[in-house]
Amino acid sequence: MDPTDIARWQFAITTVYHFLFVPITIGLSAIIAGYEITWLRTRDERWLRLTRFFGKLFLINFAIGVVTGIVQEFQFGMNWSDYSRFVGDVFGAPLAIEGLLAFFLESTFLGLWIFGWDRLPPRLHAACMVLVHVGTLFSAYFILAANSWMQHPVGYAFNPDTGRAEMNDFAAVLFNKVQLVTFPHVVLSAYMTGAAFVVGIALWHLRRARTPEDRAVYRPAVRTGAWIVLVAALGVVVSGDVQGKIMTEVQPMKMAAAEGLYETEAPADFSVFQLGTLDGEHETFSIKVPGLLSFLATGTPGGEVDGINDLREKYRETYGADPGAAYYSPGDYTPVIPLTYWSFRLMMGLGMAGAAIAAWVLWATRRGRAPTGRAVLAAAIALPFLPLFANSFGWIFTELGRQPWAVFGLMTTEHSVSPGLSTGEAWTSLIALTAVYGVLAVVEVRLLLTWIRKGAEELPPDVPTDAGEDRPLAFAY
Amino acid sequence: MELTTVWFVLIAVLWIGYFTLEGFDFGVGMLLPVLGRDDTERRVMINTIGPVWDGNEVWLLVAGGATFAAFPEWYATLFSGFYLPLLLILLALIVRGLAFEYRAKRDDLRWKGRWDLAIIVGSFVPSLLWGVAFANILRGVPIDADLEYAGGFFNLLSPYALLGGLTTLALFLTHGALFIALKTDGEIRHRARRLAVPLVGVAALLAVAFLAWTQQQTGTAGSAVAFVVAALALVGAGLGARAGREGWAFLGTFVAIGLAVAGLFLALFPDVMPTTLADGAGLTTTNAAATAYTLKIMTVTAVVFTPLVLAYQGWTYWVFRKRIATHHIPPAPAATVTAAAR
Repeated sequence: MDPTDIARWQFAITTVYHFLFVPITIGLSAIIAGYEITWLRTRDERWLRLTRFFGKLFLINFAIGVVTGIVQEFQFGMNWSDYSRFVGDVFGAPLAIEGLLAFFLESTFLGLWIFGWDRLPPRLHAACMVLVHVGTLFSAYFILAANSWMQHPVGYAFNPDTGRAEMNDFAAVLFNKVQLVTFPHVVLSAYMTGAAFVVGIALWHLRRARTPEDRAVYRPAVRTGAWIVLVAALGVVVSGDVQGKIMTEVQPMKMAAAEGLYETEAPADFSVFQLGTLDGEHETFSIKVPGLLSFLATGTPGGEVDGINDLREKYRETYGADPGAAYYSPGDYTPVIPLTYWSFRLMMGLGMAGAAIAAWVLWATRRGRAPTGRAVLAAAIALPFLPLFANSFGWIFTELGRQPWAVFGLMTTEHSVSPGLSTGEAWTSLIALTAVYGVLAVVEVRLLLTWIRKGAEELPPDVPTDAGEDRPLAFAY
Repeated sequence: MELTTVWFVLIAVLWIGYFTLEGFDFGVGMLLPVLGRDDTERRVMINTIGPVWDGNEVWLLVAGGATFAAFPEWYATLFSGFYLPLLLILLALIVRGLAFEYRAKRDDLRWKGRWDLAIIVGSFVPSLLWGVAFANILRGVPIDADLEYAGGFFNLLSPYALLGGLTTLALFLTHGALFIALKTDGEIRHRARRLAVPLVGVAALLAVAFLAWTQQQTGTAGSAVAFVVAALALVGAGLGARAGREGWAFLGTFVAIGLAVAGLFLALFPDVMPTTLADGAGLTTTNAAATAYTLKIMTVTAVVFTPLVLAYQGWTYWVFRKRIATHHIPPAPAATVTAAAR
């Protein structure tokens, strides 16, 4: 492999890995803040037990999200220096602002939340978790603005003298139409993921609980969590639908690739499942929903959807002879079709399966029921993973579907890589990071399972009130 | 002042914030086996930085992000050029950050021992390499006419660079010892203070040698003043440690590190990454900068939010101002759960 391919593998591995922890952080911080506020309002100790229980799991997850996030910021410069040069004027600003607004807020107030049980008044303590959540939202907004610019560059001009994209309208970058629909889509998916995490764990405990008291702790977590999954899923579907239409407009090739649609069709059918090589010629078996793709892409059941072959010609005309052509080579302009096709379906399929299970859980636990069958166990184990992996496939789809571009229409990935990057350096970095990430995954999962098994323990006898000089800390590492 | 200069100053401020704050985190981490004689003492040490280390590390992330936005060429050349040192720093920061959170999650001495090692090594590597990196930035590295780094890993290991690395290492060790002396009570506090006295001496010797060398290479009047005051602050830290005035002593290393970094940036200006190649092109605040439009937006954001960040970070230190002693450390959480969960 050449350095570009290795760098791409590193970006894919580190980003997908990092984004396993991000949606849980976003979703769970909101849910924990909700628990703590409910506790303050009702003074019902169950909510405090849930706060503390899921708080511990949150921290195990958050820590690994933080440290893998540092890699994300560094590797743009390390592996993708030509990209950084080309886009820094536009792309750097949201990244820097993310650090200043979001990272400081999250890290500082999380420190206060973890160690502040006996140092802060209860309302202020709960407010810290709210601020952590606000920090995660800021973070999501700015990093998605940067990503949306790569999908649909706006608010810039190409400067032939400096050979780079230069920002001329920051508001356009922040309120990019792709961003305005991507942000809700990603954040709602994160709520779905965080809530599915909670439902899975609480349901597992609910099924094992032997006393009515224990059941009374986990039941509200299951019910509220499942409702959050369902409502968030609805929002994910609606925002995803709008996203599809915008994508058809600004990145038609990505939509065609998502469908494996080679020839332009009106009306276009939606392929649910297809066997074959996905090269447009060897389709062996497929299930199609008539006209659905037209509806998803254009909003009307008979609308015309451009196919890959036509788009390839159009892209060649548009991008083949452009003054900024130093940054891309006239090529195929087609992403890897099987990957985009299947990641798109896995994203939707896993997400919908998660929502369906949440709906079933709501039904199965209706009016005080606490079912204990094997199906409940299966649901509890499957649920946390479904929206989580749907997130991963969503990113794999949206990033692979943009290829060969790094910045759509402006710069290809092969021109983005650091010119001085040697194969040896690239391999060293890829192997070292992958090995460390692999070990950490094992450690993290085992630790999570240990603490999940403990459950929402009884409160310690002296819950934080007056802090005498020599009392032990309410929390210590 | 031109916006490019404003951003040079702001990036200096971010690095000053990073080194003065995470500097003592690194020192505490490296001193874990020296000052912490048993698990409880080590937990005392870790808990002095527990609530703040992550916030301190964000200064690095913002310095990196701000460099990306304000000086894209600098970010690109620096990060791709210093590839292997940065990779080592990344790996160190990954295991170290996780160690703080995960160490206490199992009451098992082998588990804790491994994470202690991660904290020690994860604090040592960046302490050394940041000095090496900054010395290389000051002295210049091979950068070709396309503003690309043209050297290898071993170009970065000159005697001057190694002296820079030892200097940051010694300064952070001292800073950490004084922080422990300031934030703990009992036996460990005295141990830390006693250790700090010779550490200040070593750090002062190394720092004076490194800063004088820097001054002789690229110094300006401004950097000379900063370096001299930094050296005086170190002397003050030594006197404070000897007299048992931990607060003043810690302030001494705080000021010394801050001014040393400020002096390095003053010695660097207006370059940001000079070249050692005759036919190469060095990076300056002008040719590495983003456009005036981007800098203006960034300036407004920084002016509004930096004071806010300083206020709430400062408040955190106030909330956790109490000294910690061994009797404050609660017993470790139970290792196994089988009984409770059934």
